[in-house]
Amino acid sequence: MNGFLKVEQLAKAFQADKPVFADVSFGIAKGEFVCIIGHSGCGKTTILNVLAGLDTASHGHAFMDGREIAGPSLERGVVFQGHALMPWLSVRKNIEFAVKSRWPDMRRAELDQHVEKFVALVGLSAAIEKKPSQLSGGMKQRVGIARAFAIQPKMLLLDEPFGALDALTRGTIQDELMTIVRQTQQTVFMITHDVDEAILLADRILLMSNGAEVNGHYKPGGLAETVSNPLPRSRTRAQLHHLDGYYELRNHIVDFLVSRAKAH
Amino acid sequence: MNTTSLNLRAALVSLLLLAVFLGVWQIASQSPAGAGTTSAATLSADELEYAKMMGKDPGAAKATGFPGPAEVARTSWKHLSDPFYDKGPNDKGIGIQLAHSLGRVALGFLLAMVVAIPLGFLIGMSPLMQKAFNPFIQVLKPISPLAWMPLALYTLKDSGVSGIFVIFICSVWPMMINTAFGVASVKRDWLNVALTLEVSPLRKALQVILPAAAPTILTGMRISMGIAWLVIVAAEMLVGGTGIGYFVWNEWNNLSLTNVIFAVLVIGVVGMLLDLGFAQAQKAVTYVE
Repeated sequence: MNGFLKVEQLAKAFQADKPVFADVSFGIAKGEFVCIIGHSGCGKTTILNVLAGLDTASHGHAFMDGREIAGPSLERGVVFQGHALMPWLSVRKNIEFAVKSRWPDMRRAELDQHVEKFVALVGLSAAIEKKPSQLSGGMKQRVGIARAFAIQPKMLLLDEPFGALDALTRGTIQDELMTIVRQTQQTVFMITHDVDEAILLADRILLMSNGAEVNGHYKPGGLAETVSNPLPRSRTRAQLHHLDGYYELRNHIVDFLVSRAKAH
Repeated sequence: MNTTSLNLRAALVSLLLLAVFLGVWQIASQSPAGAGTTSAATLSADELEYAKMMGKDPGAAKATGFPGPAEVARTSWKHLSDPFYDKGPNDKGIGIQLAHSLGRVALGFLLAMVVAIPLGFLIGMSPLMQKAFNPFIQVLKPISPLAWMPLALYTLKDSGVSGIFVIFICSVWPMMINTAFGVASVKRDWLNVALTLEVSPLRKALQVILPAAAPTILTGMRISMGIAWLVIVAAEMLVGGTGIGYFVWNEWNNLSLTNVIFAVLVIGVVGMLLDLGFAQAQKAVTYVE
């Protein structure tokens, strides 16, 4: 558990006697891509928000780079579920807003260059002066990703970024995200509902179970299992399902989600 | 193509309505005003003299009747062709009167902005303040601004300043309530973005909350301006001196209904222009999600 990011015995309770999840501990190494999968309500987003510093845990601690996470920080970039772009700003201005927050003294020319570089990274150079309302859902989410990368954080937190996209768009952006992450050696923690997405992107997959009544007493949700992805890192979406071990991995995760994640 | 033809047809109907209105007005104002008065020919010189002293001059029956559209148009043209003359306290051009009214409204409105927008921000951002301010706002909001007039006159000791105060007090509530509402309903996501980017509170207020709430704030300002323009006429009737409201009152005392009608039209047109201005400003800050 000697990681860049460390989570120790995290718990969150909205009702004191019935924590949503408890005793969640895991680590993420530098440059690692970790996905977390679980049913709605198991507390995935809460964990991500604690890591982002937007929420606090009822119990336990989270550390990044040896320091406890005690609030939001520019060291951690967040891609929100609903893109969270400011609709009154153009793509350029949206990203510029983030870059200026990170480097307030950056000069105009450098600023423009920096913004343009990250817009190009997600392939939106042609739409740089457009407002979010003029973009498709996939393009908006790309801008959200570019904004998170543009501040060059030590770690990236993605809250189910492709959940609202159609399957085709999702595939394209997954490929793009993978390329950028591999290029930048970014450390990523990502929530997803999509098993194939997790297998494609993640080096390690955390499986979370929901809290439930078992034999008359309440058992909080938590990390049920950690699965290492045995597939080669050079995998692509197109050849993913031809790889040895893909189906075993997929079946394992699906079985978990169907039979074990929710203690009925 | 379709909208242009719709606009064209709407304009035609509008013109038709105007023509009908003017026609009815013309016919109504033509009917003999003094139906009860006996014709001048049947009266002796003494009787005529007596009738005149009683204010029932048979020959002047037309002058006291309700003015027709043509007469109003003539008077309007006279006023509009020389809007800025100043012949003493009771005889100023319509432009000068309007300038006085607009000046009061602008001052009162600006003061209201200075108070309402920051306070609205505070109320909108803090649920505590929201609850603490709410009873005061609920009690103060429904008070007719003119009810403050005696207190204003007593404490401020100046009718002009009291007029401005009345505009202030009627403009402040819609602006404050709308600002608070707009600020309170800024999307959580945008605030979270600002949080994760460690944006300073001032920059967050000016670059995230203000643009996000701007359409709602401007709606409040537009409502305030509408009320202010309604109230200034009544306030100026009370305090007197200058302004379009005073002009109406003065012409009523002169029994010049033609001038009153002209002033009423001017009030309507200026009110419409003010509203149009705010509609444009609203359009400029509105964003599509």
